[in-house]
Amino acid sequence: MPSVCFYFQVHQPLQLRHYTAFDNNDRYFDDYKNASICRNIANKYYLPANRLLLEIIRKYKGRFKVAYSLTGVLLEQLHDYSPEVISTFDALVETGCVEFLAETYYHSLSFLYSRDEFIEQVNKHIETINHLFGQKPRVFRNTELIYNNNLAELIESMGCFDAIITEGADHILGSRSPDFVYRPKGCDKLKLLLKNHSLSDDVAFRFSNRVWPERPLTIEKFARWLGNINGNGNVVNLFLYFETLGEHQWADTGIFNFMRHLPEAVLRHPNNDFRTPSEVVQSFEPIDTVDVPNVISWSDTERDLSSWLGNPMQSNAIHELYRLEGKIKKTGDEKIIADWRKLQASDHFYYMCTKYFADGDVHKYFNPYDSPYDSYINFMNVLGNLQNRCVRPALLDANRVTDGASISKDHTTERQLGVCVSPHKNGKEVNASFKRQRKMRTRLINPSRVGSRNRR
Amino acid sequence: MADNYNKSRGGNLKVFMLGWEFPPFISGGLGTACYGLTKAMEQLGIKVTFVLPKMVESKYTTHVKLLTPSSQKATSVAKSEEIKNVKFRTIDSLLQPYSSPDVYRQQIEEILQKKHGKHGSVTAASQFIGGIDYSSNMYAEVHRYATIATELAKDEEFDIVHAHDWMTYPAAVAVAAMSGKPLIIHVHSTEFDRSGEHVNQMIYDIERMGMEQANKVIAVSNYTRKIITNRYGINGEKVEVVYNGVEQNSRAALADTHIDKNEKVVLFLGRITMQKGPEYFLAAAKKVIEVMDNVKFVVAGSGDLMHHSIEMAAGLGIGHKVLFTGFLRGDDVQKIYEMADLYVMPSVSEPFGIAPLEALGYDVPVIISKQSGVSEVLKHALKVDFWDVNEIANKIIAVLKYPPLGVTLRSHGNFEVRKLRWNDAAAKCAKIYEEMLVAI
Repeated sequence: MPSVCFYFQVHQPLQLRHYTAFDNNDRYFDDYKNASICRNIANKYYLPANRLLLEIIRKYKGRFKVAYSLTGVLLEQLHDYSPEVISTFDALVETGCVEFLAETYYHSLSFLYSRDEFIEQVNKHIETINHLFGQKPRVFRNTELIYNNNLAELIESMGCFDAIITEGADHILGSRSPDFVYRPKGCDKLKLLLKNHSLSDDVAFRFSNRVWPERPLTIEKFARWLGNINGNGNVVNLFLYFETLGEHQWADTGIFNFMRHLPEAVLRHPNNDFRTPSEVVQSFEPIDTVDVPNVISWSDTERDLSSWLGNPMQSNAIHELYRLEGKIKKTGDEKIIADWRKLQASDHFYYMCTKYFADGDVHKYFNPYDSPYDSYINFMNVLGNLQNRCVRPALLDANRVTDGASISKDHTTERQLGVCVSPHKNGKEVNASFKRQRKMRTRLINPSRVGSRNRR
Repeated sequence: MADNYNKSRGGNLKVFMLGWEFPPFISGGLGTACYGLTKAMEQLGIKVTFVLPKMVESKYTTHVKLLTPSSQKATSVAKSEEIKNVKFRTIDSLLQPYSSPDVYRQQIEEILQKKHGKHGSVTAASQFIGGIDYSSNMYAEVHRYATIATELAKDEEFDIVHAHDWMTYPAAVAVAAMSGKPLIIHVHSTEFDRSGEHVNQMIYDIERMGMEQANKVIAVSNYTRKIITNRYGINGEKVEVVYNGVEQNSRAALADTHIDKNEKVVLFLGRITMQKGPEYFLAAAKKVIEVMDNVKFVVAGSGDLMHHSIEMAAGLGIGHKVLFTGFLRGDDVQKIYEMADLYVMPSVSEPFGIAPLEALGYDVPVIISKQSGVSEVLKHALKVDFWDVNEIANKIIAVLKYPPLGVTLRSHGNFEVRKLRWNDAAAKCAKIYEEMLVAI
């Protein structure tokens, strides 16, 4: 009998301001716009979705479980603009039915360009999740589910992970099913969980598609499909964008009712259950080794990197960005380092994608720019300014150390690369920065009250 | 599309087409468009009789070097090349596509001065106007063109009357009325594009009359279609959009131009008139030059704002960085495109705009104004509001400073341009012809 493993990816990019060649300041991000987007999404989608999941978990008394991956970029925004969402995550954690995954704090492609930077970002993310929710993630998912053998080896060598998640792409599996636990090639202990893209996409993309012959997707039908896996699979990994609930699939498509009643249909068979990724890892042994020499991702039909690195602008922008790493870190300036890291978010490169541009097909989700060209120009102008800030006299920088706006400090110099370290003195500061908030959040822990607060 | 038409129709359609310019004697995109369209129609087997006013030389023709009487020679050149189904008829006329009554009067005075061998004052010369066979004002000229065109039409056999822009409308309406054939008005530009809000009421009235009389109005873009329905009150059902195509130039490599490529070249190519926004180009140039060295700005073309523009460049203190070439044609156009690193079209109001497509055909990336029809069909171009000088400068700098931008724009843009073919435009016109003939 298969287990069902839900994991939701939660991320909101930080939008850049319109930044021309004539701008000369370090205000790169559009705070007003980011705040209003964040509040809007929180109220319209995140809060209702979290309340729903909380309701389901309570109703089934621990038999329904989910996992989340929350990027650091998102958490910073929620912290600043919609702290009530963090309190609903708190409430979810307290049920004991929710697991958080690890990823790069800045939703970056750093694995492809700088191992040092990658490890720093992963550790920063683990610490942040630990401080906020008291959980140390044991399962890793890379930005955009980008994956290959080398990543698995690197993650195993970090010593703090049990498993890694990626796309169950057909071309890496051949005739094998994604519904088992596998072993990445080159790893001894690390396990590999694969997204069942067919069933995931049924919910994420096809659910309300009017020309899809299976529409409407009823709970019975979906439960039957899950049941079909019986005998040829241990676990069905449904990995979705959190925005699937409400934004990609609007509430009036019935997605909320679908989620509300799905557990009932799944749990009707006594052998079925829901498990978090860590529970899946503990329950099942790998049945085979999966070899992924070339990089894959969960994007489009190609499942490759072409959405982020497919044209000369994209590869130029990202090369220029990582070329600055040494210079940036040498400044020791927290604001500069944080700005540089925020520019690493994969979204910036996604906006430069020209793949579907000519067909008038807006690349699946929200792109704030009129064209990929505008996005590249803006990014490069910002990067040019950032580069100039690195060569400023140290005198100016001395004043800046105090106004670092990031949640936690950078640990570059203190960290032994490749090893997870427990929170130390810098970690305490992380705690402090959220302490104020935690107080406020306890007042808000009742989701119904959160709702009434939002309506204001 | 084109092939289907060919098979079904077999090409026995005859069109009486009224225009006013044709390559190589062109002053703007209209001649290019008429050439491309008729050439593609010829391939569909449509027989076109093309009526042209014969141009007269004058140094006051601010956009084009008009030659007389060699315009007949010009048409025969075009004929012998590849167009066999298109027949040319010319009428002696001073009509010019982008003219205004003032320019027209100056031309007449110029001719009179030549005729009389005098160099008298303008006012003195104008006394003689009545004495020659050119009408003394532009509107009378338009009607004289109409009368003669009607005469020409009597000898011709045709199924459809197809007229390009306002000066031919009275003629087209007269020919259609006389022959009882359906009338198509093809709008390449309107008075609002040429004159902004200061429209010439007489021209506006002629345009509206033509559109109202027409059985069908063809607009070169949705941008123009909107003007036709909003400003001329024409029923939207009567107006169809047919986008222009672009000639796929089979480029012969030119002899080495010995251009020193240490300097980047930013190109403005078009008539130097209010409509084309040269002052925005210069204002942007000023901003670019403030932050960049090694860049030259080339203004290729002529027009009534030429002197004003030269003065403006000097006034901005960028005279040494801006080159005015005057009007270019043929190989010179190709040369200037090959020199250019970037083409900028900051048009205030551009019904279509073929030049950016030509630029892309020469692998030159383009910045185009959002107030243009071509921005509807071109995705791989940088787009700006014509008034947003800061943004124009920002994008110019970006293209010059970040080479991958130009590389991506070129590779996608060139591909995109290849999909815009005159064959499709001609086939769409043919479809409109057929629909109208069936309706009648």
